[in-house]
Formats: sequence, C-alpha cells, structure tokens
Amino acid sequence: MENPENVIEVRNLQIDFHTYAGEVKAIRDVSFDLRKGETLAIVGESGSGKSVTTRSLMGLLAPNAVIKGGSIMFHGDDIIKKSEKEMQHIRGKDIAMIFQDPMTSLDPTMRIGMQIAEPLMKHKGLKKKEAISQALEMLKLVGITDPEARLNDYPYQFSGGMRQRIVIAIALVCYPEVLIADEPTTALDVTIQAQILDLMKDLQNRIDTSIIFITHDLGVVAGMADRVAVMYAGKIVEYGTVDEIFFNPQHPYTWGLLNSMPTLNTAGGSLRAIPGTPPDLLDPPVGDAFAARSDYAMKIDTEKEPPFFKVSDTHYAATWLLHPDAPKVTPPAEIVRRQKKFAEMQRPEPPIKNTTKE
Amino acid sequence: MRKYLLKRIFYLFLTLFIVATVTFFLMKLMPGTPLQNEAKLTASEKASILAQYGLDKPVWLQYLIYIGGIFKGSLGLSFQFSDQAVSYLIGSRMGPSMQLGGQAMVIGVVFGIILGAVGAIRKDTWADRLATILSILGIAVPSFVLAILLQYYLGLKMGWFPVAGWEGFAYTILPTLALAASPLAETARFIRTDMVDVLSSDYIELAKAKGLSKFGIVYHHALRNSLIPMVTLIGPLAAALMTGSMVVENIFSVPGIGEQFVKSILVNDYPTIMGVTIFYSALLCLLLLLTDIVYGIIDPRIRLSGNGD
Repeated sequence: MENPENVIEVRNLQIDFHTYAGEVKAIRDVSFDLRKGETLAIVGESGSGKSVTTRSLMGLLAPNAVIKGGSIMFHGDDIIKKSEKEMQHIRGKDIAMIFQDPMTSLDPTMRIGMQIAEPLMKHKGLKKKEAISQALEMLKLVGITDPEARLNDYPYQFSGGMRQRIVIAIALVCYPEVLIADEPTTALDVTIQAQILDLMKDLQNRIDTSIIFITHDLGVVAGMADRVAVMYAGKIVEYGTVDEIFFNPQHPYTWGLLNSMPTLNTAGGSLRAIPGTPPDLLDPPVGDAFAARSDYAMKIDTEKEPPFFKVSDTHYAATWLLHPDAPKVTPPAEIVRRQKKFAEMQRPEPPIKNTTKE
Repeated sequence: MRKYLLKRIFYLFLTLFIVATVTFFLMKLMPGTPLQNEAKLTASEKASILAQYGLDKPVWLQYLIYIGGIFKGSLGLSFQFSDQAVSYLIGSRMGPSMQLGGQAMVIGVVFGIILGAVGAIRKDTWADRLATILSILGIAVPSFVLAILLQYYLGLKMGWFPVAGWEGFAYTILPTLALAASPLAETARFIRTDMVDVLSSDYIELAKAKGLSKFGIVYHHALRNSLIPMVTLIGPLAAALMTGSMVVENIFSVPGIGEQFVKSILVNDYPTIMGVTIFYSALLCLLLLLTDIVYGIIDPRIRLSGNGD
C-alpha cells in the first residue's frame, strides 16, 4: 500500500469483455484509492464502467470478462491474483455489496433471519443459533420493527424499503471494511431513498466501514459522499472532494452532468441534457473520449489522450483545458454560478445540502 | 384452506364421473364381445350368458346400472376371472405396480435432478451436452423399446438380471429402469432450464457476494428454488408412469394392474376396464390435488392460508 490511510488501491485497471462483436474495452486504465471510513461516490452514465469496476473488487465479474492489466491492492494483496476459494473468504466478510433491486435480491424461499445469518455461519463459523441471534441484533440495527417476530418471515412479507434494509443487514452483518453500494436506492421511491441513505450513513459511523457508492443520481452523491470520481467511457475523467466536484468542476463532462441536474434554481422550461451518446467501446476513440459530445473540444482532444492535471491536492481532472497553453473558456452559466459560489466558500464544510438535495 | 379443499374434492368426483361416462361409451364402441369361443355357442346360449351379465339391456340402461353400482361402492364383477370383484382384483394386483412405480419415480426424479443440476451448473460444457443427450434419448426412446433392449442385453446376453417374472427384488430392477427413463429425462430437462434461470437471478448474485461456496449456493439457494416448480411435474410424471407400466409390465410379465388392464381390454372384460380406468383416474386426480397442497407448503408465497397473505 502506498498510503496507510488507504483500504483499497486500484492501479491501472483494464477490463475487456469478450463478445461476438469483438473485445469491448469496458475499463480503460482506471486508478483510484478508497480511504478508511470515507464514502467514495463513482458517478457516470449507464455503461461508463462503474459497476464493472466495483464488481472486479468482489471478484464477481461475468464469465466473459478478462482483466487485462492493473492491480487491486487490499490488505497488501492483489485481489486480481486471488483464487476463487480465497475470494470466497473476502466476499461478505471484508468486502460486502448491496445491490440495486431489493425486490429480487433476496431468496424468496428462505426466512430472512437465516439469510442474514448465512454470512456469519460461513465466515465466523457460528452455530445456527448464535448466528440467528446476531441476525436479530442486525435487524434491530437496520430499523425493522418487531424484529423477533420478523426473523421468521419470508421476503414477500416485506415492502421494498424494508427489503433493502434487510439487504443492508446481510451486507453489514460481518462488519466489512468495505461496502460497495451499487445504486442501492435507484429502485426505491424518493421518501424511502432518503431513509435508506440516512440509515447507511448512520451505520457507516457505527461500524466504521468505507463505502463505494455507485450512482448516477448526483443529488444522492451530494448528501452521501466525501469524495467523487466521475467516470466516462471506461475511464475516470475527474476526481476530487464532493465540494470540488460540485462547485469547481473542470472537465466538460462533469459540467454536462451538473448542468443536466435540475436544482431549485432551474427556472421552469425544459431540462438540459448532454447531446449525443457515449462512444462504442469496441473501438474506443483516440484522445479524449468525450470530445465528440463536448462543446469545448479542441484539436488535441481527438489526437492525444489528456493526462490528469492537478487542480488542488485532492482534485484532478483529465482534460486538455487545464493545460497551461489551452485557451480560456467559459463554462455553462450554471457552472459559472457554482464556481463563483466555490470562490466565496472559504470554509471547508459549506452548506451544500440546501442547494443540491431535495 | 378447508373451503378450498372441499371444493377441490368436489371437482375430483366430478372429473371421475365424466371419465367414467366417457370411458363407458367408448368401451361399448369397441368391437367384439366378452364371450370366449363365441363360434361354438348357440344363439340361445349366447343370449342367456349376455342376459346373465345384463348385457342384453340397452346401453343407456347398462350405463345407469353401472353408475348406480359405483354410487353403492361397487365396481362390479370381472368377467374373465370367475366373477371376482373388480375391486379385489385391483387390490391384489396393486402391490407390484405400486412398487415398480415408486421405485421408478424415486430413481427418475433423484437422478433427473442430479443430471439437470449438473447440466445447469456446468452449462455449455461437455457435461451439459452429455446430460442433454441423455435426456433427449430418455424422452425419445419409448419405454417398450428400452424395456426390450434391457431385457435382451442385461437379462438374456449378460445374464445379470432375470428376464421376466416376479419373484423378488432382482426381478424389479429391469422393469424399474425401463420405467424410470422417461421421468428421469423429463426431470432433467425441467431442472436444467429452471436452474439456469435461477442461477442468473439477483439473489444468487447476492449469495455469491456473501462469500458462499459454489456448492453452498446451489444447495441452499438454487436447488430449493428450482425444485418448487418441479412439484408441478409430479402429476404428469405419475401419468407417464401409469401408461408406461401397462407396456412394461406386459413385457416383463409383472402381475400388476397395467398388465391386467391390457388383458381385460383384449378380452372385453368391461367391468375390469371400467374399474381400472376409474382407479387410475382417481389416483391421478389425487396426485394433482396433493401437488397443489405440497406446492403451498414448500413455497411460502402461495401458502393457502386464510391470513390474507
């Protein structure tokens, strides 16, 4: 590990998918760190590689996926090099996962008490009875009312929000160091979303876990994350603290994302969208993959891939616009407004919630 | 639950009544008479024998008399076995049929599940293809062909098992194998398709994320969920076994109901034909009813309780 604060260090990860059409280069040279106790949000459009990246941390890639290069360091070991058997001891114990759709992620024929107890029996070698009694504690922790009686219920007897609480209980029952939440609130309605997010934050403090939060909902990111990585076409294009990404974004793609997010300041009329579609990763474009959709693309964007330029100690963006020789451009009005606000904010903890969430 | 059961039992009897009616008239359309050595009998002898069994009456009256008998709990007397009661005949021949059917069912279902599960887990490998070929063969090859092949090769040529007869467990092996092929193949096909589905579901992904081993995932999560729809196969499988038994019992000279049934059709033993048909139908209906009840027990989502779940 390069930094003792890091729980996971991903370096130069490359993942291809074998398909009938050819090799899809889904992850193209991704590097990031996950620090102890932090929440790292990975945002981006569908197909940008968010889920593939995190699945590789679990060793749960689809059979047609091939890791072409890079490393994923966890506890000084490279996860990529581990056997399936070794991964089974990490999954559910050190790294756990919450899935998108709580309606289908619980086994419909098993009592939920047993489903929560399973990881304990597997990883801690507990007898069924002890495991069930710990499962009961977990049910209380995730806020299921009358937990003793509900231990013996089946998933169909719970609502969607309750089921997601149970899925969270399963994920956290072994107190994992890393929790991967793959769009955990996408399938829930908005009021339940807020409850689940509050629950996750509360539990993160209690059991001291690091969270990788995958989402395309920037509103959720603002409320949850400490740091944000923006992914596009299998690459991370910008990363920084949540304030830096929301109020001082540098990459045109991040501008586009933030610009398409409706806020309280969005005056009536239509919602904005990023024009075009993401590139075909069977044959990724040369240079900056976003160039074709960007209003700010320069000639070099189609010729040479931009390196990461340092914005601050914690903030980096891969866009040629940050090159000292690049012409000064004016971002969209909404971004300018945000950057102005960022300049006004001298304190490290600004009241961002009011402007972004709700 | 109770109301549901009563309703189902009412329908069961209605079904049996319709089966009895249709079979009765179809049977009357069969050529021939129950008389043996018909050519040697004089007209008056024929008439007196027919009158003795009530066969001189119009068909509709015979039908009413027969149905009336059923309501009194009597299946009538067999023509061919010196006036033995049909119910006694069925009872005395039930043993071998039930034993064969039971053994074939257990072997078919158990090995079918194993074959299907292996196919699903090792999808698109040689093991999967082998399992598929075996199950297609099991469905395509009729039980009488398999029975004769088994009889010839394992019985006659190798001499490992007795060729025919009914004098102990060794005699049950070949007919059981012949009978088991079809349920085995059906089960294997069913389980494979079902388990491929189940293995790609979200809760299996979650089970993987829990760190369970491959065996743990299959045993604790995939198998149970694949087996639930399997219960619906019990009825059709039982039906296949019953029809299979008619042929297989004949080939191996097993003194079972199926063998009896075929014989009674050949000699126009009307009461026995009716009796066995009704017996088979009742058995099948009961199995189907049982299937629904069992389904409710193993799948918590469709439990037939009155709690409004």
